[in-house]
Amino acid sequence: MNSAPAAAHTQTSTARSRFAEHPLTQLTLVRFREFLREPEALFWVFVFPILLAAGLGLAFRNRPPEVLQIGAVTPRLARSLRAEKLLSVSEFSAEGGLQALRSGKIALLAAPGSGSAIVYEYDDTNPEGRTAKMLADRAVQRAAGRVDPVGSSDRILREPGSRYIDFLIPGLLGMNLMGSGIWGMGFTIVDSRRKKLIKRLVATPMPRHYYLLSFGLSRLLMLVVEVGVLVGFGALVFKVPVRGSLLDLAVLSLISSLAFGAVGLLIASRAQTIEAVSGIMNVVMMPMWILSGVFFSAQRFPDVIQPVIHVLPLTAVIDALRANMLQGAGLVQLAPQLAILGCWMVVCFTVALKIFRWR
Amino acid sequence: MPESAPPAALRIRNLRKTYKDVVAADGLDLDVPVGECFGLLGPNGAGKTTTIEICEGLTAPDSGDVEVLGLHWKTDSDKLRQRLGIQLQETQLSEKLTVLETLCLFRSFYHQGPPAEEIIGLVQLEEKRDSRIGGLSGGQKQRLALACALVGEPELLFLDEPTTGLDPQARRQLWELIEQLKLAGRSIVLTTHYMDEAERLCEHVAIMDHGKTIALGTPRELVASIGVEHVVEFSAGGPGKPLDMEPLKHLEGIRDAKAENGSVLMQATKLHLAVPALLAELDRQQIPLTELRTHSATLEDVFVTLTGRHLRDE
Repeated sequence: MNSAPAAAHTQTSTARSRFAEHPLTQLTLVRFREFLREPEALFWVFVFPILLAAGLGLAFRNRPPEVLQIGAVTPRLARSLRAEKLLSVSEFSAEGGLQALRSGKIALLAAPGSGSAIVYEYDDTNPEGRTAKMLADRAVQRAAGRVDPVGSSDRILREPGSRYIDFLIPGLLGMNLMGSGIWGMGFTIVDSRRKKLIKRLVATPMPRHYYLLSFGLSRLLMLVVEVGVLVGFGALVFKVPVRGSLLDLAVLSLISSLAFGAVGLLIASRAQTIEAVSGIMNVVMMPMWILSGVFFSAQRFPDVIQPVIHVLPLTAVIDALRANMLQGAGLVQLAPQLAILGCWMVVCFTVALKIFRWR
Repeated sequence: MPESAPPAALRIRNLRKTYKDVVAADGLDLDVPVGECFGLLGPNGAGKTTTIEICEGLTAPDSGDVEVLGLHWKTDSDKLRQRLGIQLQETQLSEKLTVLETLCLFRSFYHQGPPAEEIIGLVQLEEKRDSRIGGLSGGQKQRLALACALVGEPELLFLDEPTTGLDPQARRQLWELIEQLKLAGRSIVLTTHYMDEAERLCEHVAIMDHGKTIALGTPRELVASIGVEHVVEFSAGGPGKPLDMEPLKHLEGIRDAKAENGSVLMQATKLHLAVPALLAELDRQQIPLTELRTHSATLEDVFVTLTGRHLRDE
C-alpha cells in the first residue's frame, strides 16, 4: 500500500537531483556564486544605479514656485503689493530699501514717485527683478481698480512623467542593462580564458553551448532583480510612473539584456587579457553613454549624426524604455527599437560564436 | 582489436606539429600499453605539452596519426571525452568556488563516475571540502586539479606536470596518489621535468628534446644504456688555483669529466677506483677539495649524456 507514494517520492527526488546535476544547472550556479561572492560587482550592479538616481533626483527635483522678496517704502504700497501671493513684501525706509536692493536681499523696491505714480527700482539684467516688476505692477494696477479686458485662469500641470527624474530612471535602467550585460560577459569570459579555465572545461565532455547558455540564464535571473530594484526605487521614492504593462517592460528588458550580452560576448570572444577587453569595452560603451540619451535627450546632437545615434543599441533600449514607462507604449509600438536590438543580438552572437577562442 | 596485440591506451605515429618557428613534434612515435604509467620527459620547450595536448584533442596536429583508447579525435571526440581524465598545466580553477562546488561542476559533465564526495576523500581534501579554492595551498590545488580529472572514472589519465612548483612533501603526497591510481588499473600519461618523479612512477619513459624522442625505455634500461653507473661531482681549488682538467679524464674508472658552474662532473664506471684516483690526482695538483658527492646514475644523467645539457637549463 505504501509503495506507490514511496515510488512517487523517489521519482521526484531523482528528477530533482537530475536537475541539480545537470551541467547547465551547475554552470549557471557557478555564474551566480561567482557574481554573489564579488562584493564590488554587487555594488556596481545594484547599489550604484540607485545612488546615482537618488543623487540626480535630489539635485534636479522640482522646487515649489519661488516667492520673490521685494521691498516697499510706504505701508499703503506694501498693502496693495501683498495681494500678490508670489511676492513677499517688506517695508523699508527709502534709504534702507536701496541698501537691501543693492545687497541682493530684495529683487525690487517700490517707492512713490511724483503724484500718484510709482517708481520700481530693480536690475533689468536680473530675471528675478524683471519677474518681480511684472508681478508688482499687476498687483498695484489691480489694487487701483484695473479690470483686465480678457478674462483668464491658470491650470497648473505638474504631474509625474514630465519631470527630470522620470526622464532619468529609464535612462539609468538602460545604462545598467548595458553595463551588466557587457561587463558581466566580458570580464568573466576573458578572466576564465586567461586562467586557462575555458580550456580546462573544453577538455571535459561539457557541451560548449551550455557554457554560453549559462551566461544567458544567469543574466535572465539577475535581470529580474536589477530591473526590479531600479524601477521599484523610482516608483516608490520619486513616484516615477510605470504606465506600460509590466509584462512588456519585462520582455523589453530581457531582449535588451540579451542584445547587450551578445555585444559583450563578441567583445570577449578573442581577448586574452583583462586590459585588452577593458579597452574594447570602453571604446564600445563610451560613445553610447554620451550619445544615447541617458542623462539628456539625444535630440540635442546635430541632425547629421542622428541616424547613427538611432541605430545604437543603447539608444533603442532607452527610447523603448521611456516610451513604455512614461507613455505606456506596448511592444507593437516599440517594433522599430526591438528590430534594432534583434539585429544587434543576432549579428553579434553569430560572429562571436564563429570567432570565439575556446582556449 | 585483434586478440594477439596488447590493447594500446595511446598510439602515436609520425606526429608533426610546428608553431611559427618552433618544431614541437617532429615525427614522433609512441605506444602506451593499457594499465601502464608512461612518462614524457624533457626540458621546457621540448614539445611535451604540445604532444600531450594533441593526445587530449585540444590541439590539432599538422600531420600524423593519434589513436587514443583505439579511437580517433576526428570521429569519436564525444566518446573519448567521457573516457579521459585530463589535468592541464597551469589551470587556475575559479577561486570563489569551494572544493565541493568545483567537483560537482566537473562531475556534471560525465555520464558515469563516483559522487564528488568520494573523490574528495580519495585526494584527501575532506577538511577543505567547503573551503574556497582561493585559500588552498599549492599542493591542495594540485590535488583538486587531479580530482577534477578523476570525476568521470577515466580509463586514461593525462597529467601535465602534476608536481611542478610544489614543495617536496606535497610532491610525495601527490606521488602516493598517482601510485594508488596505478594500482586501480588506470593508464596514465604524465609529463615532467623531474627525473626522480619519472623514475618513481613510470614503467616506461620517453625522453624528448626538440620535438623528438631521443631515448625510450624503462628508467632502468635508460640509465644502463649510458654505461655509467655512478656520477662523481666535486668542487676544488679557486680562482687562484685553476684545476687541470685533462688528467682527470684519464683516471682509472672514469669515463668522462667536465667542468660546470664551478664544479666538476665525472662519469664513473668503477666508483671504488675512481674516488681514490681522484683524491690522489688532486693531491698531486695540490688543490684542496671543498666538496665531493657521488650518486648512482639517474635519468637526469641520461639526459645530460644524450644532449650535453641539463633538464632545467632553459
